[in-house]
Amino acid sequence: MRERPAKDFGFDTRAIHAGQRPEPYTGARAVPIFQTTSYVFEDPDSAAAYFNLQEYGNTYSRIMNPTTAVFEERVANLERAAGGVAFASGLAAQAACFFTMLTPGDHVVSSAALYGGSITQLKHLQRKLGFAITFVDPDDLDQWRSALRPDTKVLFGETIGNPGGNVLDIEAVARIAHEHGAPLMIDSTFATPYLCRPIEWGADIVTHSATKFIGGHGTSIGGVAVEAGTFDWSNGRFPVVADPSAAYHGLAFHETFGVYGYLMKLRAESLRDLGACMSPFNAFLFLLGLETLPLRMRRHVENATAIASWLERQPGVTNVRYPGLPSSAYAPLVRKYLPLGAGAIFSFDLPSGREAGRRFIESVTLWSHLANVGDAKSLIIHPATTTHRQLSDDELAAAGIGAGTIRLSVGLETADDLIDDLATALKEVRATSGAAARSESGSRVKTNG
Amino acid sequence: MTVRDIPPRWQDPVTILGILNTSETIAIVGLSPNELRASNFVGFYLRRHGYRVVPVNPRETSILGERSYPDLRAIPFKIDAVDVFRAPDAVPGIAEDAVRIGARALWCQYGVISFDGGRVAEEAGLGVVMGRCMKVEHARHLGRMHWLGFNTGRITARR
Repeated sequence: MRERPAKDFGFDTRAIHAGQRPEPYTGARAVPIFQTTSYVFEDPDSAAAYFNLQEYGNTYSRIMNPTTAVFEERVANLERAAGGVAFASGLAAQAACFFTMLTPGDHVVSSAALYGGSITQLKHLQRKLGFAITFVDPDDLDQWRSALRPDTKVLFGETIGNPGGNVLDIEAVARIAHEHGAPLMIDSTFATPYLCRPIEWGADIVTHSATKFIGGHGTSIGGVAVEAGTFDWSNGRFPVVADPSAAYHGLAFHETFGVYGYLMKLRAESLRDLGACMSPFNAFLFLLGLETLPLRMRRHVENATAIASWLERQPGVTNVRYPGLPSSAYAPLVRKYLPLGAGAIFSFDLPSGREAGRRFIESVTLWSHLANVGDAKSLIIHPATTTHRQLSDDELAAAGIGAGTIRLSVGLETADDLIDDLATALKEVRATSGAAARSESGSRVKTNG
Repeated sequence: MTVRDIPPRWQDPVTILGILNTSETIAIVGLSPNELRASNFVGFYLRRHGYRVVPVNPRETSILGERSYPDLRAIPFKIDAVDVFRAPDAVPGIAEDAVRIGARALWCQYGVISFDGGRVAEEAGLGVVMGRCMKVEHARHLGRMHWLGFNTGRITARR
């Protein structure tokens, strides 16, 4: 086999090639879809070696699959990780990572500014698996530090928080975690590896909902977790990772597999036992997405910046929370961690509350009203009347959401078309609230909303 | 000396692939008979992939079905590569033995970091690899490491 001296290929090259060699038997250039549940063993000795983890071998597609493996390696490569494990969804990836390193009685410190689904998951895990969680303001390093307890086993946050756009000081939080002998786990879905690679700043585990920008097409649900391979799981605080495993007749994963110990455990135990595997066909679709990730993210950022800047100038619009704006409090952190852009998901407020938000959503015709982000298509949602509709205005405020907060996921359409649609909706909201004001006051004074 | 101080030339893919492609007999110093130890995993794997694995462990007579020797000098046939699973301070002595028996490569596993040992082998003309696992590197370049989603770092458009 030809081998050239090690070369550090560029991100765009790796997004297209990492993890795949042209298929040796047929020469197929695209990644073949190995739509199979299981694999014929060469002989009984080989089968035994695979099940004993003495040899890299395919046994059953709940645990590994050659198409899914290309996706796993590609994300790991882009994130500068030792390896990756794909899951049926981003939340499944996250749950499996916690499952792998936590036992009842352990403590987790988490950012409070998380995707709502993650907060719900953590609260359920806390109740059902018997571990404790302290939620902290991610912007306040003192809160991260003072929340630590002797049994704190992991710190968790998002590169770009949802929906407030908080940008995490990853390097500082990683240092706090490591001084405590705990890993830092980051959900980097909003940033994608193109905009930020948390491992380069000290994070140990990075998870993604591949459903979002990684796929970019809104066709498939999936997730992936990658690990840096540098955390010392044998530091005495993680017997669940380091001690001999009863599930593998006494195998000590970290001692035996070193750099790959946590990943082996994540796959051979957690994925095997929880069973939330990614389908090979979804892995194929996510690989198609990854090929154009750099191109798409450049355009997502360009469109989001244009729309956020325009929104900031509109009367009646407040709190445009796009961390990529020069006016953002997060601008210094964006320069450090997100030099190529702060993603394409952000929220802003309409001052006249729930009814204005509802009217705004009813008025747009190009933005899709749905509960997802990171699609090629532009998406819009009004949390107060959808995802958070059970909450009172006070409860919304505690969650960082105003009654008139609108969340956008800016897609790849022509920016002017997206702005025109928002402009029309803003006019409708102003007209409606103007009419409401007139009828309430009974006056005929003309208002501009 | 820590992992970060290892000279890049001791983790060079061309050297690594040269050793893997041209070695037939590999002596594993510190090979454990315990099936759950990393050294046993590596020995088992290399044997499966066609190398003759020669155990060097004075406490054992036979490991993985092969006779075990107390040290490298006791091996009565030619050894191509020496793979080390011992504490770093044992490496210079092992390197001297490797030179004496005419081995062509000294390979030190994860955590087996010894600048002195590496230099002894290098100055005698041996290929040196340090802080890398022979099983992982074989699987990365020639084997199936990519089947389990590990980052091999390999980029190629060739079949």
